[in-house]
Amino acid sequence: MALHFELVTPEKLVRSEDVYMVQVPGSEGEFGVLEGHAPMMSTIRNGAVSIFASEGAEAEVIEIEGGFAEVSEKGLTILAERIAA
Amino acid sequence: MASLKELKGRIGSVKSTQKITKAKQMVAAAKLRKAQAAAEAARPYAERLEGVMASLASKISISDSSPKLLAGTGKDDTHLLIVCNSDRGLAGAFNSNIVKAARIKAQELQDEGKKVLFYLVGRKGRPVIKREYPSQIVKHFDTTGVKTAGFDEAKAIADELMEMFEDGQFDIAHLFYSEFKSALVQEPVGRQIMPVAIDTKEAADTGAAVEYEPDEEEILAELLPRNVTTQIFGALLENNASEQGASMTAMDNATRNAGDLIDRLTIEYNRSRQAAITTELVEIISGAEAL
Repeated sequence: MALHFELVTPEKLVRSEDVYMVQVPGSEGEFGVLEGHAPMMSTIRNGAVSIFASEGAEAEVIEIEGGFAEVSEKGLTILAERIAA
Repeated sequence: MASLKELKGRIGSVKSTQKITKAKQMVAAAKLRKAQAAAEAARPYAERLEGVMASLASKISISDSSPKLLAGTGKDDTHLLIVCNSDRGLAGAFNSNIVKAARIKAQELQDEGKKVLFYLVGRKGRPVIKREYPSQIVKHFDTTGVKTAGFDEAKAIADELMEMFEDGQFDIAHLFYSEFKSALVQEPVGRQIMPVAIDTKEAADTGAAVEYEPDEEEILAELLPRNVTTQIFGALLENNASEQGASMTAMDNATRNAGDLIDRLTIEYNRSRQAAITTELVEIISGAEAL
């Protein structure tokens, strides 16, 4: 029950890990991605990505600016323009 | 033969040159590691983006309404050559190699009767191109203000290019920079970045129905400019790593040459000194014998 999650910026690969769920600020609304999500692509607005390492765990929040999310059978990949330090 | 004093002076000057080249070599070696890491860190993003673009582009048929960045302006009369150079010298043939690649392309295009324009990044390529194509430089993007050109610069360049492209100032843009292979090998490359040349064959067709949010065209319209930025950013990073590599190699050679020169001059110096002493001795002895 793990979702492979990758967060990439032009500067570097920020995250590459297995998590439980990720909440993504899509340009047409927030959406959460769990394991086995149907393939989709969405642009992202500026906002916070919340990462839940396991069920019920406290969310880890990363602020990102602009970008793009792709969900495929391999997992979730977020291409962000930049992340707020 | 040069006098002792002259030789001593020359040895001194070569020694101080060697100090400079050695310092520059060490600086380049230290910077190379960082630049190389940065160039490598940027690759995943570029690869992913390219993959997404390819799979998107294969799903969209090119029509009149598709974005200009993908379909092109429908002409190929005016070519813009974006030439990325460094701001500093002391890097061997690094800058001239890039300029040479751009000039060959420019010549080729002009022979075909196309109009060629230049967009320059970095300080070092400017004089050469200005001499040869004085009226064809549209813009010189100055990177001397920042330590290393980063994403912000790439974005600024890309934004400006997009504007010019929308304006119809050029039809096709080629990007020239030096690809970093290793500390010893840097290869000048030129490739088309606008309109985007997408290799649709490589698109991995997963067969799965992918949901798009918003729709394909809108995503693509957003991705295309980003792709240009990423490519320029990648080029700047590769260039930076290449520059340090070229600089390190060139300065290593220079240091070694200076060392050889010092050795030769020292031998010559000692020889002249010995000759002078011998002459002096002969004079004294023959003077004493004459008494």
